Amino acid sequence: MRSKAGSGPSAEASAPGGKAVRPDPGSDPAFSLGGRTWGSRLIVGTGGFRSLEAMERAVAASGAEIVTAALRRVDPTATGSALDVIDRLGAFALPNTAGCYTARDAMRTAHLAREAFETDWIKLEVIGDDRTLFPDAVELVDAAERLVEDGFTVLPYTNDDPILARRLEEVGCAAVMPLGSPIGSGMGIRNPYNIQIIVEGAGVPVILDAGIGTASDAARAMELGCDGVLLSSSVARAKEPERMAIAMRAAVEAGYGARRAGRIARKLHAEASTPDEGVPELG
Amino acid sequence: MIVALNGRRAELPDGATVADAVEEAGAGGESRGVAVAVDGEVVRRAVWSKTRLESDQRVEVVRAVQGG
Repeated sequence: MRSKAGSGPSAEASAPGGKAVRPDPGSDPAFSLGGRTWGSRLIVGTGGFRSLEAMERAVAASGAEIVTAALRRVDPTATGSALDVIDRLGAFALPNTAGCYTARDAMRTAHLAREAFETDWIKLEVIGDDRTLFPDAVELVDAAERLVEDGFTVLPYTNDDPILARRLEEVGCAAVMPLGSPIGSGMGIRNPYNIQIIVEGAGVPVILDAGIGTASDAARAMELGCDGVLLSSSVARAKEPERMAIAMRAAVEAGYGARRAGRIARKLHAEASTPDEGVPELG
Repeated sequence: MIVALNGRRAELPDGATVADAVEEAGAGGESRGVAVAVDGEVVRRAVWSKTRLESDQRVEVVRAVQGG
């Protein structure tokens, strides 16, 4: 095996023991989001873990550099701080507006988050109802537009609707984050064609947010052309969160690599991979 | 003076500031990760100890927690 990138065998390629040859990862474009570049395309949420310790181990294993957190009334009985854990891991704490149903609530929560987290980045969630947790499109666009005006870097959780994604981009969002399926459902990507259309039309990063159940869902998102994946429950509620975090990290890398490599076209009939020519006559 | 502190009735001394409310809410001593809104408006940390509260105001003291 030879490295395709180099003119001769690289140090890795000539290493004994049949080690896999990997293309130079430096040739991959950096993941740019909100004017910053990131080493990981996996963003993880911190909700749903059994303990802060479990969360810390899983987030560390995921390799994520952006980690979401929420804002709630102070609970004087709570021990430990999610923000301290995120700081300790050297990750960036991205606040969300989870639990907001109107543009007004989301705006207020975003402003509180800016004060608490000392960042003007916001994962914008404006929910329509608590059964589906689907975004309320009208309130979402309104909140996004006003938060952009207030100087926020807005990352909106949105429906898998290409027109809505375009509207969010037009009002100045730094990314669009369509759901694959309902939050926490683990149903994967229910409408891959819409995700593909969103990717085709987007001039900002597309991050698949919500619905991931297992590693193949995350890989699929990247194969569809998403720039990143945001997931929470699939790791936090797995039997072994740390192990699942490792799997998700590998899945995002694998899916991204496959997308970059360019898959073969699907065909109905077989196409032999071994030439017919030179088949010996043994009859 | 009575205020609504995180949805509960709370009695604070007359002339109490936002910093006193933060203490009363159980977030005294911390500041990173904590934010305050009085009647829906954010009060910047820098002015917590200078901002006096009035009776019947709604004070929300929030902090960063685990979330998706």
